[in-house]
Amino acid sequence: MTTAAEPRLAEHFEATIARHDRIEPRDWMPEAYRATLVRQIAQHAHSEVIGMQPEGDWLTRAPSLRRKAVLLAKVQDEAGHGLYLYSACETLGVTRRELTEKLLDGRQKYSSIFNYPTLSYADVGTIGWLVDGAAICNQVPLCRTSYGPYGRAMIRVCKEESFHQRQGFELLMTMMRGTDEQREMVQESVNRFWWPALMMFGPPDDASPNTARSMAWGIKRDTNDELRQRFVDMSVPQAEVLGVTLPDPELAWNEQRQAHDFGEPDWDEFWAVVNGDGPCNAQRIEHRRRAHDDGAWVRAAATAFAARQAEGGRGR
Amino acid sequence: MPAHHDHESVYSGLLVNDAHWAFGTDFEDPLAGVDTTVPDGVDPAVLARYCLVLGDDALVLSHRLTEWCGRAPDLEEDIALANIALDLLGQARLLLARAAAADPSCVPALPEGSPVPAEDALAYFRADRDFGNVRLVEVPNGDFAETTARLLLFATWRLALFERLAGSRDAVLSAVAAKGRKELSYHRDFAGRWFLTLAQGTEESRRRVLDALGGLWPLWPELFRSHPVETAAAQAGVGVDPASVAAEVDAVLARVFAAADVPRPEAAPRVGGAGRDGAHTEALGRMLAEMQVVARAHPGGRW
Repeated sequence: MTTAAEPRLAEHFEATIARHDRIEPRDWMPEAYRATLVRQIAQHAHSEVIGMQPEGDWLTRAPSLRRKAVLLAKVQDEAGHGLYLYSACETLGVTRRELTEKLLDGRQKYSSIFNYPTLSYADVGTIGWLVDGAAICNQVPLCRTSYGPYGRAMIRVCKEESFHQRQGFELLMTMMRGTDEQREMVQESVNRFWWPALMMFGPPDDASPNTARSMAWGIKRDTNDELRQRFVDMSVPQAEVLGVTLPDPELAWNEQRQAHDFGEPDWDEFWAVVNGDGPCNAQRIEHRRRAHDDGAWVRAAATAFAARQAEGGRGR
Repeated sequence: MPAHHDHESVYSGLLVNDAHWAFGTDFEDPLAGVDTTVPDGVDPAVLARYCLVLGDDALVLSHRLTEWCGRAPDLEEDIALANIALDLLGQARLLLARAAAADPSCVPALPEGSPVPAEDALAYFRADRDFGNVRLVEVPNGDFAETTARLLLFATWRLALFERLAGSRDAVLSAVAAKGRKELSYHRDFAGRWFLTLAQGTEESRRRVLDALGGLWPLWPELFRSHPVETAAAQAGVGVDPASVAAEVDAVLARVFAAADVPRPEAAPRVGGAGRDGAHTEALGRMLAEMQVVARAHPGGRW
């Protein structure tokens, strides 16, 4: 809807963005800005909730009580991140229920990394180290994103993610000090997750249609390729400390660029997974749908009970 | 714009020392720094077995609650059930470690040089018949109503037990109970609220919660049957005879049932031995097969 006041409001919005100030829920914002944010925050929230599954699958098999406690606390944090992010998204005029429906019927996406399976306990460590590590690279700049509720949620999310990354790295370090079999498990897990982790930054800049506008609006602060480079440069010395080999024969330090050169991820695989043909896409959504459907009667009971309480009545 | 906020440097801290984490990052021994001397006149084997059975109750129910992770009716319940599972897991770790410290002979032998700590040897390298938990905690979760009803029963019973156990002559058990009762009172509150909500929610939720309670009731009397280990621990002043909390637990439940307008079930106790003696349902063996699979595949592993 266009109103007489809109040009002045748009000017105010642009000025706020230019000053690197925050846009708050009651401020005027262009509809496309709102829609972009809903898409991005919802996708992020869905990723947290779907992301509970790959590691959650190992909760009942965690090999020590300490690891079980650590992993359960971690997966619980992901549920908490989902909650903050759905709440941030609700400030834009949508409901968690609508967003959940869009996730379940495929109208909104989640991070493709969670469509890869977890095949050994080392994957818990690798996901913490590489997947949460890549997420942190993506998310730390979002602490300064232009939309206030999102930026503030991200500050808390990033602090917790950094703890998750440490626990993953620490698990791998511990396993590397264990048996030969454990060291093999770690290397095999890193081999499987390295390339998908690089894909987490999204397609190359020249194939990323939304990047330019999101950067102009201050929603996004760095390009996909910039973030990917930063991640590689940070991961290489960590891999050395761990004693694992990153599965990329082209990986080498480039003195001139003062950065690592590295190989190209398989973008055909990336698009196949994004478009629903990854190893676990159907399984992840089916799991979420089952939990949602199984819980319907409980949510209905809570709603009915609350309504009765509000009426001040008792009994059914 | 300031270049480096605190929250932006999180990633770079990965390879530095642990000094900025208040308690470090090493929580290997749950009883580190605690005096585990067995009180005078107490048989260490009795104290150990008593700690073990209380630890097994918590360990097994914690595992069942963990199975809800990622499957709860809503995110809030997912988080709450994980919290409760974590509390019980914490109690189990302390109790298993206390058992091992009191009587190291209760810990299964592992290959020479195995780095597996005692709490894990007990959790992962005992067979189902060596577990002493009550059968109530091991039966599969069922639906959210069953989980709610079981948690209400268990937390009400264990809270009453821990209130008394806080006066144990064993300083470790006393401290575990003092910490645990705060946790258990939250568990009871969470379960009680949901029990009321389901009983007074819709026709379906009421039917489900009544079915759940009726189904669990035959396993309920077992929790108040005094096992010789519990009797001996109570006589030594370190434990609590569960029969002694029956009246109090009954009164608390009666209040919840009245508020929820739920009749007290009439079902008779289930026959077939007692979990405290290692006589379990089929479900425990299957649960442990899954829980122990990775640990047992790597008896020399470090985790």
